[in-house]
Amino acid sequence: MISNLDHHLDEAARAVGSIDDLDALRALGVELLGKTSVVTEARRALGGLDPDQRKDVGQRLNEVRNELERLVSERRTTLEAVARSVTLEAERLDLTELDGNKRLGHRHVVTQTWERLEDLFVGMGYTVAEGPEIEDEWHNFGALNFPLGHPARDMYDTLYVDHGVPGSTLLRTHTSPVQIRVMEDGEPPFYSIMPGRVFRSDTADSTHMPVFHQIEGLVVDRGITFGDLAGTLEAFTRAYFGHDFTSRLRPSYFPFTEPSAEFDIQRPDGTWLELGGCGMVHPSVLSAGGVDPEEWSGFAFGFGLDRLALMRHGIDDLRELFRNDLRFLGQF
Amino acid sequence: MKVLLSWLQEFAPVYGDPVEIGDQLSGLGLAVEEMTAVGGGLDGVVVARVVDLRPHPDADRIQLVDVDDGSGKPLQICCGAFNMSVGDLVPLATLGTTMLNGMEISRRKMRGEWSNGMLCAASEIGLGEDEDGIMLLEGAIDPGTALVEALELHPDVLYDLEVNPNRPDAMSVIGVARDLAAHQGVGFAVPAPSGADKGQDVASRMAVEVLDNDLCGRFVGRVVDGIQVGPSPRWLVNRLTALGMRPINNVVDASNYVMLELGQPNHTYDLAAVEGAALRVRRAFDGETIETLDGVVRTLTTADGVIADGTDTAIGIAGIMGGASTEVSNGTKSILLEMAWWDPMAIAASSRRLGLRSEASARFERGTDPEIAELAMCRFAELLADSGATLAPGIIDVRGHLPVRPPVRVRVERVNALLGTNLSRDEVSDLLGSIGFVSQLAFGDSPSADLEVTVPSFRPDSATEIDLVEEVARIHGYDRIVPTLPRSTITGALSPYQQDRRRVRDAMVGLGLDEVMPVPFLAPGDLERAGLPADGITVTNPLVAEESVMRASLRPGILKTLAYNASHRLQGLGLFEIGHVYRCPDNEQPLPDEREYLAVALGGRDAGDAVAVWSALADALDARRYELVADGPAGLHATRTARIEVVGSVVGYVGEVDPSALVAYGIAERVGWLEVDLETLLAIPHGRRSYKRVSRYPSSDIDLAFEVDEGTPAGLVGACLRKAAGDLLADLSLFDVFRGPPVSEGRRSLAFTLRFQADNRTLTDAEVAAVREICIDTVQSTLPATLRG
Repeated sequence: MISNLDHHLDEAARAVGSIDDLDALRALGVELLGKTSVVTEARRALGGLDPDQRKDVGQRLNEVRNELERLVSERRTTLEAVARSVTLEAERLDLTELDGNKRLGHRHVVTQTWERLEDLFVGMGYTVAEGPEIEDEWHNFGALNFPLGHPARDMYDTLYVDHGVPGSTLLRTHTSPVQIRVMEDGEPPFYSIMPGRVFRSDTADSTHMPVFHQIEGLVVDRGITFGDLAGTLEAFTRAYFGHDFTSRLRPSYFPFTEPSAEFDIQRPDGTWLELGGCGMVHPSVLSAGGVDPEEWSGFAFGFGLDRLALMRHGIDDLRELFRNDLRFLGQF
Repeated sequence: MKVLLSWLQEFAPVYGDPVEIGDQLSGLGLAVEEMTAVGGGLDGVVVARVVDLRPHPDADRIQLVDVDDGSGKPLQICCGAFNMSVGDLVPLATLGTTMLNGMEISRRKMRGEWSNGMLCAASEIGLGEDEDGIMLLEGAIDPGTALVEALELHPDVLYDLEVNPNRPDAMSVIGVARDLAAHQGVGFAVPAPSGADKGQDVASRMAVEVLDNDLCGRFVGRVVDGIQVGPSPRWLVNRLTALGMRPINNVVDASNYVMLELGQPNHTYDLAAVEGAALRVRRAFDGETIETLDGVVRTLTTADGVIADGTDTAIGIAGIMGGASTEVSNGTKSILLEMAWWDPMAIAASSRRLGLRSEASARFERGTDPEIAELAMCRFAELLADSGATLAPGIIDVRGHLPVRPPVRVRVERVNALLGTNLSRDEVSDLLGSIGFVSQLAFGDSPSADLEVTVPSFRPDSATEIDLVEEVARIHGYDRIVPTLPRSTITGALSPYQQDRRRVRDAMVGLGLDEVMPVPFLAPGDLERAGLPADGITVTNPLVAEESVMRASLRPGILKTLAYNASHRLQGLGLFEIGHVYRCPDNEQPLPDEREYLAVALGGRDAGDAVAVWSALADALDARRYELVADGPAGLHATRTARIEVVGSVVGYVGEVDPSALVAYGIAERVGWLEVDLETLLAIPHGRRSYKRVSRYPSSDIDLAFEVDEGTPAGLVGACLRKAAGDLLADLSLFDVFRGPPVSEGRRSLAFTLRFQADNRTLTDAEVAAVREICIDTVQSTLPATLRG
């Protein structure tokens, strides 16, 4: 009896090993372990054996049955793994075929600089103010301490537009008129930057455009000093350009600030670069904005925004920024 | 303004390394644009006499020159210039000389002929700009004399300074010296010129009358006798040349020298040529003409001032240029020297109108020192004394209206409060005193008394306390003011509008669109070509016609950008721009109507893609309650465009660009288009939705398909369904649009999926069936639509 079982096990093991199809394996499993299988028949026949024999045969029968289950299960695992890998292989993709046709759009390189500056000054406690690009003569000049006929108006090549009284409306030559609008529209203290588009009657070349961008800063509060201006521009220089940059102020002249200064930065190699103008807000300008210069004091600064974009990316021609060639814009 | 270090040192013992001095000048607000060493680097350059000139046997462009270099033996030089003759004295760079440009002179063959040195042009040895050829030396000089010795040259430093408009005093050597001396803490003085008066008093020889006291604040005249017109001394020529002025003769040179040194422009008349021995200062008559020193006949208006002679004929334009008729010539024996103070605004206006700027007008229009004339006249005579000139006794001094310069009250605590310094009253007083501002105490000698500061006549820019605060800061040194940081007393933030604008940009970039920034100028016709009204605001004084119209829409600029890129074989671009457009206002408001717009152009894509951009934008801004209403505004595709309405306001258009506008701009592909008035859109409440709990109960979906005619928008059917379905509707979507049999011609089938869900129960089949019936009935009864079976 036992030798029959052993023989059956050998045959069954051979049969399982030769199956390479999951459905056939399932059928073989039923044949080996189902109701009509040899082992099931043998269990049924156990009752007719004498007790001594029943114990030995029963034990062996359990072992054979377990072994058969193990063989079938093992074979199933193997065949399933083969089937999975066949399926996966059928789905194989060359991902390099699919790479490279999806991209995000790009912010204009001027916008990137603009937003970087906004973020920096917002972090220093400033708000961002804006004003009209077509301005009136008062905000662009008069309120900024350029009286009519003042020769300093000649420092700006102003473009006028046909609107209202001739000479009354112009394309703002700087972002400084927004200083006046900020003061007119609110109450001090003011901590604001004013980025924006400005215009000059300049022929386009590698360093000039009739349209370009500036950023202006205005701080008006109690007890603001020239030292505060120097410290603010130094903090800006280090934050924007890096800790190995430094700044200095040199006396200069602008009608709307006094004392006035040029604002230079020093590169790590020791060379200086003139960045912009600044100074203490002139008392007449505070008055024009409805702010009492005896109670409040303030400083203002301004510089070219486009040039910072050029510097950051090593672009050597201002005109590139406004040609809108996607081969250029897509680089940033 | 150019200055020589040696010239500055005549007025103050300034010291230090030239580079350091340059930094100090920059630190004083006199920015050094260029610093040059002059009068040096001439070792090895000697004076040589031309003894023979011969053609080069084998070259046309060079000749052979034999010179005497003092050795007595002729030396052959090959030379590319032909401006010298036998007997001329020329500078010779001898063998071994290192030139200013670093080139070393060696003996070499040129086309087979030996050249034993190089004859020099003035520019090659740093002695001027004259490029006519080889520099010809005047006077009797022995050949072989070192050039520096022959020309009395000394090593010196030339600074080219940028002088701000508020510093007329720094348009002179003494003005620069005064600042530098104050900075270094050394003495500064203008020596009194020497010389005695002699001859016939001016009073009997010239009469001066000023008819316009506003134009002419002061007119001073003296006579100089014993004039012998000839060359100036070498040292004076060297200085004028270094400062960029061409030497003319001793009289003109002295006049220029005085102007450069003391800042007082002046004019010399040939006394004998002044008709009627009288001068009148008046406004020009309209149409009056005068031939100026430069030989040009100019027509004047009442905006110009003139100096007229005794016959009332104009012989000079006030403050700008003298006339030809009284010009000093070789025969001149006596001159009348004029030094005046002219109203800066008048000279600026006249100079601008005439298009004539001179060294004199540049100084007068900034404001000269009205009190320096006496000194300057004596200095002029002193410069000519060696040639025998003497000042005649007496001085004509007619005063018109000079600006009144009251003392300026300076509060020391105000100075410190503005500068962030801690200067004492004495320190402030000393700083101001070092540049000629004299301080007194305002009220007795109380410790808190303010300063009462008298502003010197050479500083017309300083009239108020803040002007003097600047002077204190400047002389104290901007670099000595301790940097501090103000503590912002407000919260830094972008405004809600600015934050939303960034969200818009983020959405566009996320959709793969590139931001462009065309200039806001248009050419005439650009708006019309885009199908838009020609109502752009025009520029009064455009540089070029292509930039003479301000854009009333972002469309022309973007279409140009697409065309430009297409010409470089870049098509199918997705672009966006955020920028201002300018329109004439409807009412009488002072400024044009200026608004910020978003525009999107999708090259090679259609209206459907444009709508997708809009819906993504609406989602980004959480402005989802909008309607698209079919519309065909000018310049956009008449049957593929909708206006966008948000809560009843029109905020923009979405669709495609009109094909004829594309043709006009040379664009060969379809262009999907979206334009949004950002200011209007963002002013409508959006974002900040309140929370709605997600239902835990299952949902049920039904599909409904309606057959509708082409004139009924799908959006309308959807809105009708939405309204009918009520609160149980969780989602609605149009999942299929079908045209063709069995649907009849001119109609299409719109299939919607509706998802129903309650937040407090599972819906029963009966409930869903009931709401389905309501939906069908509502659509069929309000729209020309029928349910498809």
